[in-house]
Amino acid sequence: MPSVDNVRPNPEELLRKVQADERRESRGRLKVFLGYASRVGKSFRMFDEGRRRKERGQDVVVGALQAGVTPDIQEILKHLEVVPSISTKHAGRDYVVMDMSALFRRHPQVCLIDGLAYDNPPGSRNPQRWQDVSELLDRGISVITAVNLQHIREQQDQVQRITGRRAANCVPEEFLHEADEIEVIDAPPDALLDRTGAQSIPDSRRLGELRELALLLAADVVDRQLQEYLDAHGVAARWGAQERILVCLTARSNAAEMLRSGQRNKLRFHGALLAAYVEQPDLRPQDRELLDKHLALAREMGAEVHCLKGLNFVNAILEFAHEQRITQLFLGHTRRPGRAWLARSPIDRLIDGAEGFDVRLFPHEGAL
Amino acid sequence: MSAARGRLKVYLGYAAGVGKTYRMLEETQELRQKGVDIVIGYFEPHGRKETISKTEGLEVIPRRLLTYNGSQFEEMDTDAVIRRKPAVAVVDEFAHTNVPGTERVKRWQDVHAILDAGIGVLTTMNVQHLESLNDQVFHATGIRVRETIPDWVVDEADELVFVDLTPGALRNRLERGVVYSQEKARRAMENFFSETNLTALREMALRHTAHEVEEKLDAAAAAATRAEGLRGPPADSPPPGRPERILICLTGRPSSAILIRRGKRVADYIHAECLAVHVGDDSHNREAVERHMSFARNLRIETHVIPGRDVPLALASFARTRGVTQIFMGRSAPLPWWKRYRESVVQRLVRQARDMQITIVAERKR
Repeated sequence: MPSVDNVRPNPEELLRKVQADERRESRGRLKVFLGYASRVGKSFRMFDEGRRRKERGQDVVVGALQAGVTPDIQEILKHLEVVPSISTKHAGRDYVVMDMSALFRRHPQVCLIDGLAYDNPPGSRNPQRWQDVSELLDRGISVITAVNLQHIREQQDQVQRITGRRAANCVPEEFLHEADEIEVIDAPPDALLDRTGAQSIPDSRRLGELRELALLLAADVVDRQLQEYLDAHGVAARWGAQERILVCLTARSNAAEMLRSGQRNKLRFHGALLAAYVEQPDLRPQDRELLDKHLALAREMGAEVHCLKGLNFVNAILEFAHEQRITQLFLGHTRRPGRAWLARSPIDRLIDGAEGFDVRLFPHEGAL
Repeated sequence: MSAARGRLKVYLGYAAGVGKTYRMLEETQELRQKGVDIVIGYFEPHGRKETISKTEGLEVIPRRLLTYNGSQFEEMDTDAVIRRKPAVAVVDEFAHTNVPGTERVKRWQDVHAILDAGIGVLTTMNVQHLESLNDQVFHATGIRVRETIPDWVVDEADELVFVDLTPGALRNRLERGVVYSQEKARRAMENFFSETNLTALREMALRHTAHEVEEKLDAAAAAATRAEGLRGPPADSPPPGRPERILICLTGRPSSAILIRRGKRVADYIHAECLAVHVGDDSHNREAVERHMSFARNLRIETHVIPGRDVPLALASFARTRGVTQIFMGRSAPLPWWKRYRESVVQRLVRQARDMQITIVAERKR
C-alpha cells in the first residue's frame, strides 16, 4: 500500500474544511513560545521576535508585560510601542489587565503578550487572559505570546507529581493545539540553576522532568499539526515519529503478556497503545467471556480499545493498522502448530501485508 | 573514561537554518565574557551574516588544507586544537565526514580526540543524522541521509539542547535568502524543506531530545540509588528475573541494515541487551554479511557467526542458550511459485521458537 494516497473527502468534511479555512483567513495568527520553567528565556525570545518583525515593517505593539522586566528585555522595549495595561486592585490583590478596548482601537497587526496564564480579576471582560487573546485573534490581530509548561491545565497532575504544586492560573492545552505555531525554548536545567543561584540535585531533577514534559507536549502538538495538514491536503495518514502499538486480541491469545509488553513500550517510547479485536458473530460463550476479560484488562492498562467489523480478520486488522499509523503490531501465535496444505495462515498473511510496520509474535501462554 | 575528559555539549536541530550554530556561538561569547578560554576549532559560516557576526573577537584555529583528487579541501586541524589546549573548543557540524586522507574518517572521532585531551567541546547536528532514525527519516521525507552518526556517540554527550524554530519561520528565512542563496533556497523549499518534511523532522527531534533527557534522569536516579545502597526498580522496568535480550538475525540482504537499526533502537528504548547473529557460511554473500556485521559493531552490538545449514534450527538453539527474549528478523524473500508449498524461514522459525517473541521488521518504504 502506498503511503501517499489521494483520498476523496466527503462533502461534509469538505464544507467543514472550507469554513475552517475561512475562519482562519480572517483570524489573526497565534504563535506561542513554550518553556518548561521561568527564566529559560521565553519572554526574551518573544520580544526579540517582535523587534525583528517591526524591523521588517510589521505593525507591532506590546499588549502585556510581566512584573520584573529584565535589562535585556528593557533594551528591546525601547524600540517597541506599549499599549499600557490597566492596574486594578481586587480583594486586596493587585491586578494588571490588558486594555482590550485600547487594543481594539489601536488594532495593530501583531500584539505581544507576555504571561499567557493570567487570571483577570472578577468583573473583567474575560475571566482569563487566554480568552482575551482569543478575542484579539477573532478581530484579526495576530498574537505572539509565551507560556510556561507548568501552567498548562491538562498537565497539572504531572506538574504536581514533579513539583508538589499546582499552578493557580492555567491555560487549556487545546489552546496550544489551536496555535498556528508553537516554538519550544529549550535549555539544560544546569544553565537555569547557574542563573538563579539555587543549586541542588533535586532542583536539577525536577527541572529535567519538566523539560521532558514540555518537549513531549510540543511533539504532540506538532504531530497533530502534521496530521491535520496531511488531512487538509487529502494525503492519507502516514507513519509518524511516534511509536504506535496495536495489540490484536482474540479469545485465545495471551492477552496479558502482550498488553504488559505493549504498555511498557508505550511508556518507554512515549507512544500510543491501542488494542483491537475483530467482531465474530459465532463466538462460543466461554470464548466471549475470555475476550471480554481481555478487553477489560486492555482498558485497565490504558489502551484505546477498538472493535473492528469485517468478514476477513486479516484485512480488517491491516486496514485499521494503516489508518491508525501503527508502527508495531502485537499478535499471538495460534494455538496449534501445523498448517493445512498450501493454505497460508492468517499470521503469514498479516506478515505479508504489513507495509511499514513491524509484526511481533507472542508465544502462547502454555508455551513457556 | 578518565575523569579529566572534556565535557561535550550538542546543539540539536532539525534542518539547516534553524539557528544551531548561532545559538552555540551566543553561548561561546557568554563563556568568553566569563573568562573561559574558548576557541573556534571549526566553524562553517555558510555566508550567513548574523551568524558570522557572532564570531567577532573569538580566536580561530586555522584549518588544515588537504588535496584530494586534485581539489583543495579544508578540514579541522585537530592536532592544532589539542596543542593549543583551550578549556573549550567550538566544533561545528558533528556529523561531518572528513575528506579521505585525514587520520579519522568522521568529525565525531576528531571530537573524541579533543575530549580525550581534556578539552570541552560545543558542537551542532541535525536529528536526521542519527543512525537509528535513518529509515524513519527516509520514510517521512524520501531522503536517504548518508552522513550518519551512531546513537551512542550522541548519548554520551553531557548535554543535549534542542534548538527550535517553527517550520513556517524557517521557510520565511529561506524565502528571505538568509539560509541559502535565492536559487538554492527555491529548490530546497520544493524538496527537503517542504512543510510536511520539516514538521516530521521537528517532531523526531523533539521526541529524541525528550528521550535523551529521560535517559539522563534515569541514569542519575540509578546512580543515586546505587550510592544509597537501595534497590527498587522504576515502574516501567522489565519484569524481574528475565532481562530482555534482543537477537537480530543478519543476512547479506540489503534490508539487514534496516533490521539492525530497528532492533537496536527498540533495544535502547526498552533497555535491552542487543546481539546480532548470522547463520551459515554462504561464501557468495560473505562481503555483504561482513559489511552488516561491522555496521552492527559500530552501533555497539555484539556480533556472532554460527555455522549450520538449518537456519531456523540454529537460530532457535543459539537464542535459547543466550537467554534471548525477542528475535528480530526481516521478511523472507517471496518464494517462486513452484516452491510455495515450502515454508519460509520465518514460518519455520515461528514453529521452532514458540517460546520466544519474534518480530518481523517491515521495510520502511515511501
